[in-house]
Amino acid sequence: MFEIVSKNVLAENVIEMTFIAPRIAKAHKAGQFLILMNYEHSERIPLTIADSNKETGEVTIVFLVVGFSTKELAEKFNVGDKLYSVVGPLGTPTHIEKFGKVVVIGGGLGVAPIYPICKSLKEVGNEVISIIGFRSKDLMFWKERIENVSSKTIVTTDDGSFGIKGFVTTALQKLYDEGEKIDRVIAIGPPIMMKNVAKMTEPWKIPTWVSLNTIMVDGTGMCGGCRLEIGGETKFVCVDGPDFDGHKVNWEEMEIRMKVYKTEESLILKDHQCKIGLK
Amino acid sequence: MQEKIDIAKLGGVEEGKPKKPRPKLPRKEIACQDPKERIKNFNEVALGYTPEEAVYEAMRCLECPRPRCVVACPVHIDIPTFVGLIARGKFAEAAKDIRKYNSLPAVCGRVCPQENLCEAACILNDTNPGNPVAIGRLERFSADYLLSKENGNSVTPQIIHKTPYKVAVIGSGPSGLTCAAKLAKMGHTVHLFEALHKAGGVMMYGIPEFRLPKEIVQKEINYVKSLGVQVETNCIVGKTVPIDEIMEEYDAVYIGSGAGFPNMMKIPGENLGGIYSANEFLTRVNLMRAYEFPKTATPIRKPKRGVVVGAGFTAFDVVRIMLRLGAEHAEIVYRRTRKEMPGRGEEIEHSEEEGAVIRELTNPVRFIGDENGFVKAVEVQKMELGEPDSSGRRKPIPVPNSNFIIETDLVVIAIGQTPNVLIPSNLKGLSTRWGSVINVNRETYMTTVPKVFAGGDAITGAATVILAIRAATEASSAIDNFLRDPQRKWYPPEISEKR
Repeated sequence: MFEIVSKNVLAENVIEMTFIAPRIAKAHKAGQFLILMNYEHSERIPLTIADSNKETGEVTIVFLVVGFSTKELAEKFNVGDKLYSVVGPLGTPTHIEKFGKVVVIGGGLGVAPIYPICKSLKEVGNEVISIIGFRSKDLMFWKERIENVSSKTIVTTDDGSFGIKGFVTTALQKLYDEGEKIDRVIAIGPPIMMKNVAKMTEPWKIPTWVSLNTIMVDGTGMCGGCRLEIGGETKFVCVDGPDFDGHKVNWEEMEIRMKVYKTEESLILKDHQCKIGLK
Repeated sequence: MQEKIDIAKLGGVEEGKPKKPRPKLPRKEIACQDPKERIKNFNEVALGYTPEEAVYEAMRCLECPRPRCVVACPVHIDIPTFVGLIARGKFAEAAKDIRKYNSLPAVCGRVCPQENLCEAACILNDTNPGNPVAIGRLERFSADYLLSKENGNSVTPQIIHKTPYKVAVIGSGPSGLTCAAKLAKMGHTVHLFEALHKAGGVMMYGIPEFRLPKEIVQKEINYVKSLGVQVETNCIVGKTVPIDEIMEEYDAVYIGSGAGFPNMMKIPGENLGGIYSANEFLTRVNLMRAYEFPKTATPIRKPKRGVVVGAGFTAFDVVRIMLRLGAEHAEIVYRRTRKEMPGRGEEIEHSEEEGAVIRELTNPVRFIGDENGFVKAVEVQKMELGEPDSSGRRKPIPVPNSNFIIETDLVVIAIGQTPNVLIPSNLKGLSTRWGSVINVNRETYMTTVPKVFAGGDAITGAATVILAIRAATEASSAIDNFLRDPQRKWYPPEISEKR
């Protein structure tokens, strides 16, 4: 179980990995995530499922090398290796129905999880406009994949090396100014990006959903480490989400809770650099 | 090979000779790590009896013909028989005899509240108050002995008759493991599903290493596996595999999913950094071994001044962990008094020996954060006790204008757990109360959904390991009856029309 069948470096520090997890592949719906562990005493890492194949039992994730565990996963695991544990699919699937015109926004790593969402939205007859944003052209990935499941795909780069120069919100503002009648916005990416999208659409009164990736341990509602105030009430991202109304998220609290282990993270990276030779 | 036990040298009963009990001897204390030493490590606090000590203690038992301890034991272990076997040097046989009644003796010997159960009923209390036979310690001694001899390779007891029936057991905690073991012994095919990456439920994530070593838990699970139980970890029923699929594939389903959903205070500031639910704190430390960080990869915030809200088993486990993580000060904040504390006497005593402070009649009203969003203080108010409430305990009432501040850098909320809603919300027709506690017929353990049984904390809310084991034991008999009943008659719980 959990044997890695493919591994690609999509951009600097962005890794696509596919492994065998038949039960997860069979049950997966757009918007859900999984939790994986490298070794027996590793951390449990929550990652959004980027793709799945019921026939082959394959599940694909795309992850960013941000901390110790993702670094270890990227550097120590290759095709043929087995992951110690993978559990899922977790969380409530993204609400899919025929909304009309939906703008789906993916920022950086968030481009991967919007793929199954665009696919599902298109299948039920929505017009899907995708906005995908990267820092620069070198970091761009999955452009063709997103194009295949969207009626229109807009690319933005912070430095203007590809597509529109600016952020995803630059492109969203442009669409709005051009008079596009948008029925729904779905945004996945760094918290700051999701927050900015939500703040932008709030006065426009366009329902805007975001997918949160808070710190969690079990992913089944047991630990409450992922808790966050949504619309004045504490919710557990793992079971009540990960999708929430972006206009109701307490973004300041989200920012604080994401940084809870910053000190410890630098400690383990330093510790292991000397001991096991991670780069 | 069995090692030779020289029972005469140990002071026990030799083969063919009658036992001359020595009830008047004082009860043998169990050796413990010194409090000053043990707060620097996570190793087990109580060290267990040596063979000499076990035989000494076993020789105190009168082996009563009508033993009250057996009646008091929730699963009715034949206590005089196993204690008698220890007195005769048959340590492994003693544990094997216990296994007829309880599949997890090494666990129960450690965490069962014997002082309120078998040992409270022991006849020696009548003549020598406070000196009952140390049944729990003897249970632990024999179970540890057997597990060390088996070395993870239990000899499967002969399973007499293999039936064609298949049972799915959901959850691998005390109740799920017990039900699975019993059903396997009855000859049924059992598949045990566990959501986490390790089997054992609360015994792995909840109870700390220094009270229940994880190696012991895994050895007990190996025994259950040796009975033919197939254990599938990383599988969340209702997510990884749909409940409908389970319902189709198995002849009966047992829900032993425990009480894993944390209750929170719902007061301002509770989402600040440095505030944990007991579940998260314990899971990080126990299951993920965060106390070994950075050798292991899961981090935990290390406290200087820790505050635990609540005073149950869990709260005491948490406060003791805080001290082991290096806290200079760690305290329990409880809204009632010592008298009402649900924690076990021994745990309270051990905690105080280790330096934990208990602050009675105090209740948090809000948490105060620093400029980085981490908790820096708790505002509390004094309480006083009023009339008894529904739990029979006197109800705490706030004292006006009594608020004050306790400085802290780590708070753990340990005010109880309720069952997870995952299964109830995914299984149509399953009746629950208080949102997630599953209703069952108390005789048959049948739920409102045909062929679905439930037991343990999932039907009571958070309780003890031994009560979960009792429910699972009784449920396993009910499941066996149901499977063998040609008509598969169903006796659901009576649910009143009113919610």
